[in-house]
Amino acid sequence: MDHASLSGGFADPPQQSAVAFRGIMQAMARPGTICDVSGAVAPAPLSVAAGTALLTLCDPDTGVHLAGVCDTREVRDWITFQTGAPFVAAEVADFVVGRWDDIPLSALKIGTPEYPDRSATVVVEMPDLRAECATLTGPGIKERAALNLPNVAAFQRNAALFPLGLDFIFTYGAQMAALPRSTKVV
Amino acid sequence: MTDYNFAYLDEQTKRMIRRAILKGLAIPGYQVPFASREMPMPYGWGTGGVQVSAAVMTADDVFKVIDQGADDTTNAVSIRRFFERTAGVETTEATGDATVIQTRHRIPEEPLNDDQILVYQVPIPEPLRFLEPSEVETRKMHALEDYGLMHVKLYEDISAHGAISTAYAYPVEVEGRYVMDPSPIPKFDNPKLTMSAIQLFGAGREQRIYALPPYTRVVSLDFEDYPFEASKAEHACALCGATDSYLDELIVDDAGTRMFMCSDTDYCQSRRAAGHVGAQGTPVKEDAA
Repeated sequence: MDHASLSGGFADPPQQSAVAFRGIMQAMARPGTICDVSGAVAPAPLSVAAGTALLTLCDPDTGVHLAGVCDTREVRDWITFQTGAPFVAAEVADFVVGRWDDIPLSALKIGTPEYPDRSATVVVEMPDLRAECATLTGPGIKERAALNLPNVAAFQRNAALFPLGLDFIFTYGAQMAALPRSTKVV
Repeated sequence: MTDYNFAYLDEQTKRMIRRAILKGLAIPGYQVPFASREMPMPYGWGTGGVQVSAAVMTADDVFKVIDQGADDTTNAVSIRRFFERTAGVETTEATGDATVIQTRHRIPEEPLNDDQILVYQVPIPEPLRFLEPSEVETRKMHALEDYGLMHVKLYEDISAHGAISTAYAYPVEVEGRYVMDPSPIPKFDNPKLTMSAIQLFGAGREQRIYALPPYTRVVSLDFEDYPFEASKAEHACALCGATDSYLDELIVDDAGTRMFMCSDTDYCQSRRAAGHVGAQGTPVKEDAA
């Protein structure tokens, strides 16, 4: 472990994680809305928003799976030091972090009919976030919202599993948008 | 304030509650189990709501607590004071000024906006519990979307009383999937459950959190020939004259004289401040003198 993993955390965890969580909650409650989420700086290639989300939500109780290019020694050391979260296989992960093409979607936990909440939350690192392309409707959206999803069919399949399914957080820089399983995508 | 972590709870507890809130928002109406903590107040005093409020609160929030609509009951005052001491947040009685509102058994009369969060204190989160005591069974019923028993209960209301007599904690269906207990709010408040604020429900003793994202479609269960009706006492508020607000009935003397007044004290107060006077009310200026 080098010194890089010791920096980039919250300077004032109770206050900063509360502010960060409000951003994450707004994103999840209002699918497609792009929110600012910052406070932590994780090693590249993780974005500020992804690093902040991990710091706000992960701890020794949550299994994390790093996919593809996000699975580096530096990122692992940082998550271990800052959160204590264990690294696990994709099949049992509570949080999955990676770029869209690297994420093994079909392997992830989607919950059970009795406990649909026992499902993975997927943090997708995006090349950018824009309120355009795919049209979103459902809970949290007044009429319709739009977001540049990396793929439409995959999210339509996910929504069809409701109340089971995956919940997605999209991150780019210090920005975040979310797409829970309840959102219908056209 | 330095004696406590911000907002009382430790950070790991807050993370656990925050994860439950996010899953609750992703699956509207589904009850997410969480590891409820012992709080420095007894169960039944809103420990679920307090834990949810503590997990969403930031130092910049303005916090309001209502108990059956009132800002000035023991429960509301002590919870407000709890967060003044442990989080140092500003508190208010004005609905419009608050960013986080914790409530026991009412939705404020004034419509809430995008920037507000409504946190409900929930005693029994399971709408099927009084029909089926087993958690294993009710969980299976939710999984299978098997809500026939609830309709039988409402039907039995009709056959016994000629109408659906359930007046509070009236069951709702969320986005056509989960049947949910809106907590013991009067059914008068049910139509307000579709709103632009985020609604979070916390049940401390029963260890459940559930949520309604903004604009979630919430439908009160009913029958075609016995449609849902949001009822209230057929009176005007005696203090402010409001005819559109939910009323409390008070017996004011030994002869059983009744008086009806707004249950939402802030709504009543702001109407009186604006010059509205009910049948038994006095203009606000005289009150102050």
